[in-house]
Formats: sequence, C-alpha cells, structure tokens
Amino acid sequence: MENEVKLASGAMVALGIATAALVVMPYMQVRDIKPPPQLKGYTSAQLRGREVYIANGCVYCHSQQPRDRNFGPDAERGWGRASVPGDYFYDKPHLLGSMRTGPDLFNIGARQPSKDWHLGHLYQPRAYVPGSIMPSYPYLFVVKDAKDAESEGETPLALPPAYGPNVGQVVVPTPQALDLVKYLQGLNHTYPVLPPAPKP
Amino acid sequence: MDSAVFSLLGAFLLSIIGLFVFIWSLRKGLLVENPTAASVIFAHGEVGQVDDPALQGAAQASMQQAAKEGGLQAHAADAAELLDRISSDRSTAFPVFMFITFACMWLVVGSAAGLISSIKLHEPDWLTDYAWLTFGRIRTVHLTGVLYGWITNAALGMIVWLLPRLLRTRLYGAIWVMLGGALINMGIAGGIGAIATGWNDGMEYLEIPWQIAIFMFAGFALVILPVLYTLVNRKVSHLYVSVWYMTAALLWIALLFLVGKMPGVHTGVQQATTNWWYGHNVLGLWFTPVSVGAIYYFLPKVIGRPIRSYNLSLLGFWTLAFFYGQVGGHHLIGGPVPGWLITLSIVQSVMMVIPVIAFSINMGATLRGRMHLARYSPTLRFMMFGGLMYLASSLQGSLEALRSVNQITHFTHFTVAHAHLGAYAFVTMVLFGAIYFMMPRVLNWEWPYPKLITLHFWLAAVGAMIYFIGLTIGGWLQGVAMLDAARPFMASVEVTLPYLQWRSVGGSLMVLSHLVFVGHFLAMALRFGPGRAGAALFWPNEPQSTELGAAHGK
Repeated sequence: MENEVKLASGAMVALGIATAALVVMPYMQVRDIKPPPQLKGYTSAQLRGREVYIANGCVYCHSQQPRDRNFGPDAERGWGRASVPGDYFYDKPHLLGSMRTGPDLFNIGARQPSKDWHLGHLYQPRAYVPGSIMPSYPYLFVVKDAKDAESEGETPLALPPAYGPNVGQVVVPTPQALDLVKYLQGLNHTYPVLPPAPKP
Repeated sequence: MDSAVFSLLGAFLLSIIGLFVFIWSLRKGLLVENPTAASVIFAHGEVGQVDDPALQGAAQASMQQAAKEGGLQAHAADAAELLDRISSDRSTAFPVFMFITFACMWLVVGSAAGLISSIKLHEPDWLTDYAWLTFGRIRTVHLTGVLYGWITNAALGMIVWLLPRLLRTRLYGAIWVMLGGALINMGIAGGIGAIATGWNDGMEYLEIPWQIAIFMFAGFALVILPVLYTLVNRKVSHLYVSVWYMTAALLWIALLFLVGKMPGVHTGVQQATTNWWYGHNVLGLWFTPVSVGAIYYFLPKVIGRPIRSYNLSLLGFWTLAFFYGQVGGHHLIGGPVPGWLITLSIVQSVMMVIPVIAFSINMGATLRGRMHLARYSPTLRFMMFGGLMYLASSLQGSLEALRSVNQITHFTHFTVAHAHLGAYAFVTMVLFGAIYFMMPRVLNWEWPYPKLITLHFWLAAVGAMIYFIGLTIGGWLQGVAMLDAARPFMASVEVTLPYLQWRSVGGSLMVLSHLVFVGHFLAMALRFGPGRAGAALFWPNEPQSTELGAAHGK
C-alpha cells in the first residue's frame, strides 16, 4: 500500500459509516419524539439536584433504564416498566448508566417517596440497608449543636440512634443534599405509555 | 416484502460483493505473499539480527546466539539506512521524552486513584469526608488519568517515535508536536481537577468538561498536522502496516473527540448511543489500532524476522476499521434504543473475530520457533503477553455482546474486568514493552537495573490476572443473582464482596509494578546506574557500530 490518500479516505469512510449508524440515524429517529403527556419537566431545585447527582458520579453505580420482562426481573424488583425514548425527553445529559452496583433509580421517587429516608440514607446508607456498599456522604451534611440548629430554624435528620452524632449534636442537610433528594423524589416514570404503533 | 425476501436479497448482494472483492484481490496480487513489504522495517541486510535496546550488550549477544540456533543468520546492515534511522530517532527524542514523562506521571496518579476506588467498594466508609475522594469522583479521576493521561500520552509518544523511523525521514515540526502535547496535558490536568471538584459533563468516557476539551482538541490537531506533514514528506514508497494503523488511529481519535464532545447537539436516547459510539471507539479505534500497530513493528523487529503474512495484516486493518466502529450499541442491549441499532452492533461485535484471528495467526506464524527469545528480550515478553491478551479480550468481547451472555454480564463487574483485560493486559502491557524498547534510543542511556524490568513484568502480569479472574467470577455471580427474582437485590451485592477484595489485591500489585517502572524510568532519565559512553546501540558485528553509536551519542 503506497497511497496515504487511500489510507485517510478509507479510514474516514469506515468512521463515517459507524457515525451514520450510531449517531446520525438515532438522531433522525428520535428527534421528533414527544414527551409522554404525564411526564413533567424538572423544577429548578430538581435540576440543581441532578447536577449534584452528576457531580458525585451516582451514575457509575445506578442505572436509569429498567429493562423489559424478557430481559430480567426489573419489574418484579419494583424498578418499573421498560423505559421508552420519550421518558428521557428532558434529560440533558442522559444518565442511562451502565452499572447496577446499586439498584436502578428510574422510579426511585415512586418506590421510596420519603424525604427523611433519602436524607438519612445519603448520610449513612448502612443505617437503612444493612450490608450496603454505597459510600456515605457526610460532606453533604453539617453536624451542629442541637441548640444552634434550633435557633437557626434548621430541620435536623431523624437518624436511627446508633448512627447519630454525639449527644447534644444534630445532623443538618446542606442545600445540595436537599436538592438531590428533590431530584430523587421526582424520579417517577410509572405513568403508562402506549406500546409503539403497529407497522402498517 | 417480508423479512425472508430481505434476507435472501441481502445474502445474494453480499455474495456478489464478495465475489468482486475476490476478483479484485486476485488482480492486485493480494493473495500472493509480499515479503518485501513486510521487510521495510529492516535496513538492507538487517533481517536476522535481533534488536532489543532494553538489553545490555552481553545479554543481546546471547539472545542473538539463541536466535542463531533457530536458524537465523545475521549479516551486516546497510550503514546509510542505519544513519537515517539514527537521524529519525534524534529528531523525535525531545517530544517522545516529553510524552512518556507525562504518561509515567499520569500512570502513577491514575492507578493510585484506581486502587483507592477499588478499596472503597468494599470499605464504603473509608475516606468519605472529602467530596473529591468520594467513589464517583475518584473513580472518574482514575479513568481519566489512565485513559487520557497514561495510554493517550504513551501512545502519542510511541507514534511520534515510530512514524519517522518507518518513513525514513525526520519528524517535521517537532516544536508544534510539543506544543500540542503541552495543550493535551493541560487539558488532562484541568479535566481531572474539574472532575475532582464536581464539574463534569456527566457522560462516561466524556466527563472532561467540553470547555477544557477544546484545549485537548487543539492539542490533538497540533500533534496530528506535523505527523501528516511528515507522512507526506516520507522517503519510502511503501507504507508499512503500522503506519496504517497509527495514522488512521490519529485521525479517528481527533474526530471521535470532536463529535463526542460537541456541546448542545446530542440529546436524550440519541446522546446515549453517541456516548457509547464514542466510548467503545476510544478503545476500538484508538487504543487497539495503536497497540496492534506497535506489535506489528516491535515484535518482528525484536526477533529479526519479518511478519509471516503481510497481506493478512492488511485484511486485519480494514476489517478492524469497518467492523469496530459500529460495535458501541452493545452497551445498550435491553435499553430504550432502536432494536436495529443493537442488532447491528451485536453483528459487528461478532465480526470482530476476523481481524483478531487474522492478527493472531500472523503473529503465531511469525514467532514460530522464536518464542524462546521472550526469555531474553523484555520488549518481546511484554509484546507477546499483550498480543495474547488482545486475542483473549477481543474474543471475550464478541461473546459478551451476544444477547444471552449480555443479559447476565450487563450492569455487572464482569464488564469492568473485561475493560481491564483490554486496556491493561493488552494495551498497557504493549505500551510498557514499547517504552522499554524506545527509551534507550531516546535518552541514549541504557536501562540501569535490568532486574527491575523482570520484576515489573511479573508484578503487572500477576496483578492483572488476579484482578481479571477475580472480578470476572464476581461479576458473573452478581449477574446471576440479579436475574433471579427470588433473591433480593442485596444478594447480588453480598456475593461480589470477596471478589471486590481480590480486585484490590490484584490492583495493589499493579500499582506496585507501576512504582517500580516509573522509579526505573526516573533513574534512567537522571542517568543513574553504571555509566556508559552511549548505549550499545546497533549490532556489534558490524564494523560501523561504534562510529554509529558515537554519532547517536552526540
């Protein structure tokens, strides 16, 4: 082989085909998709929470793409119906994920709506799920004297006794923790979607 | 029309195209072997001479003796061509040293971050007080550090060193290459800092914020343009297959990075397919062709024998180029993406068997009767290990893409083990071998403590195997547990724990091997060890060798 032009053009054609298949065709196929009517856009607090989710790399252990029944017991585990492209209408960037070191979170808001549970679980996962290997996130919380927190009007966490701070102190969530929990509570895609229209 | 008609029509068209390709290849003489082309990596008369700069004079002499027993006869190499090679090496010494030094630094940073992440998975309350040390961030620091910092820098260094050699010319615009390297590394450092502070683009493999990625893209362009200019100004008429792999890889990574990081274009599910188009192509169209190209150069060069079948290597190149680009969709099997895309990716993943088998047959045939030289040559040892792991990881990848297997392995640590088999046991080991070969030429100084090379090899190889085997078993058990609706989700977590600990054991050995390697590299760069006036450069049975060695030493 003597010709560098052949080399470059061949290489570009190969990449062009791949790009057409994996980037351009999906773009044309999903660009006109409308969001399902019951899917609500994110509130600004939820969007901030989503940024916290991204910044701390939650996506590396939690997927957001329940699969169909013939792929696995996702529905039996309470993770919800198989997701469809429309469900991701407001997601920028996408957070489909590729690992399930922890459970799928696409419907965590429906499965676990409690704010207290989420806050406590972020502070110390093992207080709620024995044997969990999720990291604890103490840096999303502040430990304060109970009196100070009360005078500042903060709502401290209701932690199981063995996991709380020292006597006389309380754990108070930071705004980031509160936003993140709002995002998690909002992850609810349990509304029904129509199956794709039959081909004529 | 129903699918039966479609598949019949498709099969008909495919066979017609296949027939034309066959006729064309006959006309081009591609079915006849082409030993001249395979020999362009040697100077005239150099075939038969073993060459591993990582060996000291006496060690290389005994390796040559061992090769002779296998029937290889050495002749004196053409001095003018050797001088060309020396001037090629001299023109690239500075940029190569820069890239490799950055690579070594990122290797230590990146693998330390990897070990921390690994330990965190079985000690979840360890180092949780600081945000930058949380698993989700330090894991990404690890990924960015080793993928962009280590592999990309080492690969660029190797390309910049190898191409002028293969093109028998000097490197044009070395200063621009160095500027490009500086920009790329600024981008990597900035990207890692951004990720640690929580600023990232949120997509796997594409975490570096696009604002910072602009620097990296500019850097890539500044490296690629001088390399292309060098290519155009070459002094050989034939482009050796390594040139094909490496030039194509450079063009691919620049475009991949550009499209993947384009802000504001991709959205929703399409962003996910783009994400994995990029994610898998970084491995398939950047790491793999660079490493395969490296093996195609270093392995025959070390044993002093041209590759067995040159045309098979070209078949490998084009099949890799056409199949590998489309495999990314297998990361989304079962996901909310169009079914045809998944099927296409699965088909192409299986087609990847062709280039891999072509490569392996070729290397096996080239090495026939020379395997024992791995006992002598550190470069060859790393290259052979890497080549074997390429075969293993690629075949495993093809199997893993099948729906039935993927159903179990998807979302588990099995995938992580597979990624390390490819990026570490294959790519990283090949890069280690290449660095052991290159640095004595670049620094004009021998590796001061040869025993450390052996120690490095065994620590890295054993560590990687513990890592891979442990995590593969753990990941499989995790997947089986997750698919069993009767078992709670936590069962899939508990079952992995012992294997996650084994991963940390393997990872520690790997990190240790990197400290040995980088320490040795520093000792060499700082001119430690027994002093020598210039390295034992070219083969001592040629009369010009001392003169050439001295010329190189200036």
